[in-house]
Amino acid sequence: MTREFDPKAATVAPSSTGTGTAMVQLTDVQKHFGSHHVLKDVTLSIAPREVVVVVGPSGSGKSTLCRCINRLETITSGTIAVDGVELPAEGKALARLRAEVGMVFQSFNLFAHRTILDNVTLAPMKVLGVSRSQARSEGLALLDRVGIADKADRFPAQLSGGQQQRAAIARALAMKPKVMLFDEPTSALDPEMVSEVLDVMTSLASEGLTMVVVTHEMGFARRAADRVIFMDDGRIVEQSSPATFFDNAASPRAQAFLSKILPH
Amino acid sequence: MNIFVDSAAPLLSALGTTVMMAVIAGVAALVLGTVVTAARISPIPVLRGIAFAYVQFFVNVPLLVLLILAVFALPDAGLLLPLTPTAIIVLALYEAAYVAEAIRSGVNTVGSGQIEASRALGFTLVQTLRLVVVPQALRAAVQPIGNVMIALTMNTALAAAVGVVELTAEANKLNLVEAQPILIFTVAGLIYMALALVIGLSAGRIEKRVAIKR
Repeated sequence: MTREFDPKAATVAPSSTGTGTAMVQLTDVQKHFGSHHVLKDVTLSIAPREVVVVVGPSGSGKSTLCRCINRLETITSGTIAVDGVELPAEGKALARLRAEVGMVFQSFNLFAHRTILDNVTLAPMKVLGVSRSQARSEGLALLDRVGIADKADRFPAQLSGGQQQRAAIARALAMKPKVMLFDEPTSALDPEMVSEVLDVMTSLASEGLTMVVVTHEMGFARRAADRVIFMDDGRIVEQSSPATFFDNAASPRAQAFLSKILPH
Repeated sequence: MNIFVDSAAPLLSALGTTVMMAVIAGVAALVLGTVVTAARISPIPVLRGIAFAYVQFFVNVPLLVLLILAVFALPDAGLLLPLTPTAIIVLALYEAAYVAEAIRSGVNTVGSGQIEASRALGFTLVQTLRLVVVPQALRAAVQPIGNVMIALTMNTALAAAVGVVELTAEANKLNLVEAQPILIFTVAGLIYMALALVIGLSAGRIEKRVAIKR
């Protein structure tokens, strides 16, 4: 309640949030890779049920930002809190926190030696202690929801890229996460498979899941985002509603970025 | 061929010793090698250092030197063990270093992305190793481990040099009486070949059975 809320963000956040407590709060985050300064003064507050799409040129730090939120990357200074809890150091407490933050990767990263259903049920059983029968029935329901229930007994390498990514989304959802991070989820897919993954993500967004999506899919940003964040050179340059961003970008850098990608 | 019929009993008993040494040392080397690999890839620098030193030591010292040291130096230090167990322990320690290297090469086949996904799901480091990394690493390491096991079986012959009566020692004994080295050691060699063949074929079958479907 006492947390300061970015007024710009608040105006575009869904009205259902109410409390004002951020689901994800980054405060003055700095990140270096050696001498390379990748994230500069990043302060960002994401409300519950908010869908934030992060766009920007490659190398702008948007993937790093996403990976810092569940501490796959450590930050140099600043603080990151998820649902009011500051990220702990590596160890059991961090594992517990990560269990509440779903992540979907560019390269799917399914467990190659396990069936699709096992991929989905493994973490609920081993991390949350859910019974095998419950994990399986919930897992099958999730696979059905992403449209690949018939692939439950296949192995990852037997699926197409789009199917694998949908399985990866189901695997993350099986943990009933408070927030989902998508790190360029469609960048490794053949063009004809992009839409099947985006459709799943769009429906998740409309169901009120808190999402942080790093993507180059501007159509998805326009359709599903509550807020678009434009990053360049490690900084958040601009953030606004999708309509404002795509039709009336304020900064010259965002305008230049959009003029390069939108004609395609 | 009479000479083999007459000394069948001691030869078979010696073969039994060879197989027993290979099996016990092999199982122990597998277990120890897995532990060494786990230490080698752990996030704890001290463990990594110890595992690295372990592998470097055993890969870079000849087995015969280790056997002689163990048989003659350990009793001086007050550690008295019968010859055969001493040889088995040395073999296990020695081959564990090679098993560790084979498993480590298997670990390297597991994509870092899967490890990240596992951490992102909330698995602890131990769970990540146990559920994601090791099962896949072992699959990839079946054939290399099979080769280590074949080498281990061949290396049991070195125990003859420190007085263990296994197949090579028994063959040597027989030769001292019969003076037919070509015949006797050809037969001994064929028996070693048969053992290697069994291990190699088993490794091939295991590899096929645990292969990940693609």
